[in-house]
Amino acid sequence: MNPYELTISQALKRMEQGELSAVELTKSCLDRIATIDNDVSAFVTIDKDGALAQAEHADKKRKAGDEGKLCGIPLSVKDLLCTKGVRTTCGSKMLANYVPPYDATVVEKIKSAGAVILGKTTMDEFAMGSTSENCAFGVPQNPWKKGYVAGGSSGGSAVSVASLECPGSLGSDTGGSIRQPASLCGIVGMKPTYGRVSRYGLTAFASSLDQVGPLCRTVEDCALMMDVISGYDQMDSTSVKQDVPDFSSSLSVGLEGLRVGVPKEYFTEGLDPEVEKIIHNSIEVLRKQGATIVDISLPHTEYCVAVYYLIAPSEASSNLARYDGALYGYRDMDADTLIDMYKQTRSKGFGAEVKRRILIGTYALSSGYYDAYYKKASQVRTLILGDFKRAFESCDVLISPVTPTPAWKMGENTEDPLAVYMSDILTISANLAGIPGMSVPGGFTAAGLPVGVQLQAAHFQEETLLKTGFNLEQGLGLEKRQLDI
Amino acid sequence: MKISKKEVEHVAHLARLNLTNEELEKMTGQLDNILSYVTKLDELDTSLVVPTSHVFSVSNAFREDVEKESLSQAEALKNGSQQDGEMFQVPKII
Repeated sequence: MNPYELTISQALKRMEQGELSAVELTKSCLDRIATIDNDVSAFVTIDKDGALAQAEHADKKRKAGDEGKLCGIPLSVKDLLCTKGVRTTCGSKMLANYVPPYDATVVEKIKSAGAVILGKTTMDEFAMGSTSENCAFGVPQNPWKKGYVAGGSSGGSAVSVASLECPGSLGSDTGGSIRQPASLCGIVGMKPTYGRVSRYGLTAFASSLDQVGPLCRTVEDCALMMDVISGYDQMDSTSVKQDVPDFSSSLSVGLEGLRVGVPKEYFTEGLDPEVEKIIHNSIEVLRKQGATIVDISLPHTEYCVAVYYLIAPSEASSNLARYDGALYGYRDMDADTLIDMYKQTRSKGFGAEVKRRILIGTYALSSGYYDAYYKKASQVRTLILGDFKRAFESCDVLISPVTPTPAWKMGENTEDPLAVYMSDILTISANLAGIPGMSVPGGFTAAGLPVGVQLQAAHFQEETLLKTGFNLEQGLGLEKRQLDI
Repeated sequence: MKISKKEVEHVAHLARLNLTNEELEKMTGQLDNILSYVTKLDELDTSLVVPTSHVFSVSNAFREDVEKESLSQAEALKNGSQQDGEMFQVPKII
């Protein structure tokens, strides 16, 4: 087995036993990237020298008996998390040359745990999109089928992990941007509870919805990464002062006493029959592991897309006002007046989807329309939150598809943004309610496309998700499939 | 029509964006589609519902007022496309 094929836990074991060094593992991943990344486009920036230096440092730390939890593990990082001294583009021409002077808290945390950062991954511009096709620096390809979308917005992160360029990645999830590409690429991805993980240094898209989380190949690796990145941060006033459990110790076999809810609104028209079959099979697996299955209703599910596509663009229009060309990022140098500098900079620096969302958000927040759009959406958000509160009185975890269909062909629906927005229907409610959600591989369609299973739990119940996910993974015992690349 | 071309032009100005005629045409149609779809929310009576702007209500997250390390002037200016080593420069305002 090549070192680049190892999961995080497998690689750690080998390094502990002295059978593998961080430098060997890092070189193996860098070679894999050099061989295949032209085809899969997972990376915007590859920091080869930085990675090798970090790997050498990790080997020294391990030798000295001073190793962190991720010592010597090569990871990729979505290109909207600030990395000190390494270009951070957010997939936008606006930040083509932006080099942050500081690390995001999560980046600092994985670095102190000994991780090696290989580079930054492709993504929809400013995380706005569901396919990663809105990236100014290469569009990631689904490694399971040529010409199919990787999902988004953390598409490059998912592809880097699924195509064995690295065993784990950090992404961000505002409406499904970790869970959906994880599902479409056949890996594990988790959106933690809002406030569980610091957002400091995460480029803001929609501040009340954004959350950083891990993408990796096993539930065990997911728990390990959660152990490292979770916790209150003084630099993020919305991070929550809540004890962080030892997630890795929550992975025990057997689900006796666990109540698994099946939300009927998530199994309606438009759900691909193959996806439905895989989810039902997963429900049976959990039942066999000892869980009780209960029917649940989340009656406001049909309003989620409308609420999300008002709240997220509203917050985005405000957050993205900072890109004015004055302090950092792209500036159009031909403008003679300040207002023209703003307008020309923003018009040339932003892509179409970002402009579209800024316009929707500005309109929804503008005088005379605020009550009808933003306030109305915020009220329905309360109702959605209420649905989940009621649901978690009678169950501990919800099981559903992540997306109604498997990955689709690239270029579909690019002229019809609403059609793409509708594909987010099963993931955005977790962000609106702030609850944790996870995607675990459930199987493959006849055409060879992976399908993920979504698990959702109440606030701060990531342990329940991890335990359920672990049992699902073990119970399914999916055969490892070989990629063509 | 939920939104007219003229309104889109006005919103674009508020958002400090220039749109070409082609962009304006396309965006108006797409925005109209999206805004028509979200009227779905009017099916719900929310007159007595308190809006949620934040899932957990955090109020006044204070910290001790102690001096901490911050960016140097050079680091803060480094990403500016026009600066003179001491300050950012922009086109004449007044």
